[in-house]
Amino acid sequence: MVNERRGFIGWLLGGGVVASVGSFLYPVAKFVNPPAVPEAVVDEVGAGKAQDFKVNSGKIVKFGSKPVLLIRSGETEWKAFSAVCTHLNCTVQYKEDAHVIWCACHNGMYDLNGAVVSGPPPKPLDEYVVRLRGEEVFVSRRA
Amino acid sequence: MPPVEEKRRLQRGVAWLDERLGLASIREFISHKTVPVHSGTLWYYFGGVTLFLFVVQVLTGILLLLYYRPTPGEAYESVQFIMTRVQFGWLIRSIHSWSANLMILAAFIHMFSVVFLRAYRRPRELTWLSGLALLGLALGFGFSGYLLPWNTISYFATKVGTDMAASVPWAGPALARFLRGGEDVGGATLTRFFGFHVAVLPGLATTLIALHLMLVQRHGISSPPWIEKRFTASGGRVPQMPFFPNFFLRELMAWYTALGVLGCLAALLPWELGEKADPFASAPAGIRPEWYFLAPFYTLKLIPSHVWFLEGELLGLAGFGLLALWWVMLPFWATNREGVERTRLVTGAGVLLVAYLATFSLLGYLK
Amino acid sequence: MTRVLHRRAGLSPRGASAPHVGVVAKAGSGAEAPRGLKPALLLFLALGLGPAALAKDSCIECHAALAADLQKPALVFSKDVHSQHGFSCVDCHGGDRNADDPSGAMDPARGYKGKPARKTVPQLCARCHSDIALMRRYNPRERVDQYAEYQTSMHGKRIAEGDEAAATCIDCHSVHDIRAVKDPLSPVHPLRLPETCARCHADAVHMARYKIPTNQFAEYRQSVHWEALARRGDLSAPSCASCHGNHGATPPQVSSVAAVCGSCHAMMADLYDKSMHHDVFASMNLGGCVVCHGNHGVKMPSTAMLAGPASVCKQCHDADSAEGQVAAGMAAQIAKLDASLKSSDDVLGLAARSGMEVSEAVLKLRDGREALVKARVATHTLDPAAVQKATDAGLAVAAETRHAGESALKERDFRRLGLIFALVAIALTMAGLWLLIRSIEGARPPVAETGRR
Repeated sequence: MVNERRGFIGWLLGGGVVASVGSFLYPVAKFVNPPAVPEAVVDEVGAGKAQDFKVNSGKIVKFGSKPVLLIRSGETEWKAFSAVCTHLNCTVQYKEDAHVIWCACHNGMYDLNGAVVSGPPPKPLDEYVVRLRGEEVFVSRRA
Repeated sequence: MPPVEEKRRLQRGVAWLDERLGLASIREFISHKTVPVHSGTLWYYFGGVTLFLFVVQVLTGILLLLYYRPTPGEAYESVQFIMTRVQFGWLIRSIHSWSANLMILAAFIHMFSVVFLRAYRRPRELTWLSGLALLGLALGFGFSGYLLPWNTISYFATKVGTDMAASVPWAGPALARFLRGGEDVGGATLTRFFGFHVAVLPGLATTLIALHLMLVQRHGISSPPWIEKRFTASGGRVPQMPFFPNFFLRELMAWYTALGVLGCLAALLPWELGEKADPFASAPAGIRPEWYFLAPFYTLKLIPSHVWFLEGELLGLAGFGLLALWWVMLPFWATNREGVERTRLVTGAGVLLVAYLATFSLLGYLK
Repeated sequence: MTRVLHRRAGLSPRGASAPHVGVVAKAGSGAEAPRGLKPALLLFLALGLGPAALAKDSCIECHAALAADLQKPALVFSKDVHSQHGFSCVDCHGGDRNADDPSGAMDPARGYKGKPARKTVPQLCARCHSDIALMRRYNPRERVDQYAEYQTSMHGKRIAEGDEAAATCIDCHSVHDIRAVKDPLSPVHPLRLPETCARCHADAVHMARYKIPTNQFAEYRQSVHWEALARRGDLSAPSCASCHGNHGATPPQVSSVAAVCGSCHAMMADLYDKSMHHDVFASMNLGGCVVCHGNHGVKMPSTAMLAGPASVCKQCHDADSAEGQVAAGMAAQIAKLDASLKSSDDVLGLAARSGMEVSEAVLKLRDGREALVKARVATHTLDPAAVQKATDAGLAVAAETRHAGESALKERDFRRLGLIFALVAIALTMAGLWLLIRSIEGARPPVAETGRR
């Protein structure tokens, strides 16, 4: 009877240990396997190829969790600003005809330095840095 | 393979190792190690639990190192990445954060159980000192690790903490500069704290743990004086149980309980990500450090800004310093010159300290 | 008039900080006409007698010692922007600030005019404020057309007709403690302007003879513009002067109301102009935006304005008419998007409270809210298809974010299941350990009789 009991304890303990250790090792094994997207978002975001941007056009680019307005103001001139209007946080857009950054909500306008030209916005737009590496356009935060 | 043959194979394997590693002497030593059995035996588990949680920290810490990036531009994002994209990243990270807290709690319980069960007495003074050094290291681990996620609360907690270091007289500003890696808390601080957290502190901790454990093996596990008296008076000895396998199996149960608690905490109360630190934003209202720093934090808040001609904060820090020093020297003033134990003083001091820490931590949390 | 004077020598109470450009009627200059202040002032400036002419100002000295209404100007004048630029009492009232006795100081021969008649006040102010050559010395960009504007305003016209009750410069700008418009204590600072206008325009007794309503301020205080101005401190929010003008204050003509609103709400005005309502309202001589939104008490718009008991469309259209159906249709689409976004928000909120990381989806939801705003704006086209376009985009976002939230909740459930599995395994192991201990020891822990410590 003692042997049977020992056997039962052995199975219980063995089974429990295997199951518990398994429940510890399974997540660890999964953890060390790199995920599909192996990089975390960083200080810099790729915005595409330079040739895809017409001169005097603007595009909203996702920078981490914030929208950024990338403007190609000239053949080799690029500007990028936070696309969040400083008045009531609507998303701004680039107006090609007037060469201004415009907020549709209350007609706020910023110039190509991010400064407020007219309307209710109280502060200028934060500027971002645009760099070209070969054909690729990169937007990054100011140092 | 029939069981008899299996057993023989196992024995041959063990013998092979024994010849090379000298396992036999270790086994011989362990077989004689015993643990006193009495009403306070429960408290003997806490040292092992602290050690176990430290091992959990090392393991989960190494896993986190596979993905963490220690720069202001990437730290928060890499932690977010671990929490959202890496498989079971949320589990490893939450366990690491919760286990840190549980380890410090276990260390405090272990320390107070040593005080109330009087295990600091001669010849265990060095064990006490190394243990207190380890507690200090654990708090250092907590403080340095707290900054690594680089969220708002980390940033400001570090700012407040290093500001307090700066108010130490004479060496303060130099100390603060050393901690911060510069004048302000920034990328240099993060690099430095990362280095402390994963290299310097672990190195020191490993050494001290080895010393602490070696001393415990050498002196054995102490029994409280009133238990000893009860048995030696009648000419006997305090009942003991063999460490291996009896105490060890029980210790395993304690460790498994800790694992169960950690699992529940990680799955049901995952550690939050917070908002990325913005050094230019103002400190959020109600900023406060982790619970293990709450008591001194709240005390400092209560001290008026100037007491007589001294700066309040300075007075507070001096007070803590003196209190810590006095506490560290406990084994040396716990016995008077004639060798008589100052039992009531020690018990009183222990009770007061527990009450102070518990009350002020609670107040610091509520206010 | 005899008054007890307290002769004080030395500096005037306001000190020597400002350049003292006062007119000193020199002895023997009686040939100057009382109205010759301006040339004298210019002469003084030309002579460049600035700080050298120390601040002897007998007006302030004497009046500070008087009581009530005669004392007040002397006490507050140091706060006046004119005082800070070196002007003094004599620059408006004339007289001699160096003379200590009243007959000398208030001598008509030395230009003393006394208290100006109410209807001459605008001209008095305009003497300087319409003179560009003069104003340029203090602020080159300062406007000089206020008086010209004022003369076209209702207030100006009534004053010219002899109505003493209409507003003049001092009613809005105060008189002896005039502050710059940017100064928050100025009665014409954007945050205080509505109350200043209301002093007369909300006073039923004062306005009785003009037969215009006095509820504008009360209505304005219920409006979303006042909320932006007074509670959020948004100085760009409109108040009385933004729509009515300040110096040229006149009610806007019906045809120009939409232009006024459109100066901020450009999108809506643009869409409205292209819509059917523009011509229809114009032909009925109705004031554009105010037909639906009101003028002073503009509230936060909502779908309740389109359909339901509080609908503004009801003013012209029956609920079961074709137009009424269009309005109800647009309201329904917008309400659907709103509900959809709210349900996404609820799911994400639940996931977040359960400890799941859903910050990216929460951010995406912002796009959905933007679509909702666009849909509401699109109602001005009166075209359900335009509204539909915006709501479709929003509904897609709502669906995507709700899916993300539901995935997060599924993941949460998976984690809890995993936890239960691990806990069961741990419990089994603990049970096994306990039984093993019991089987090794029997009922009680063993006591080793010997043992090295």
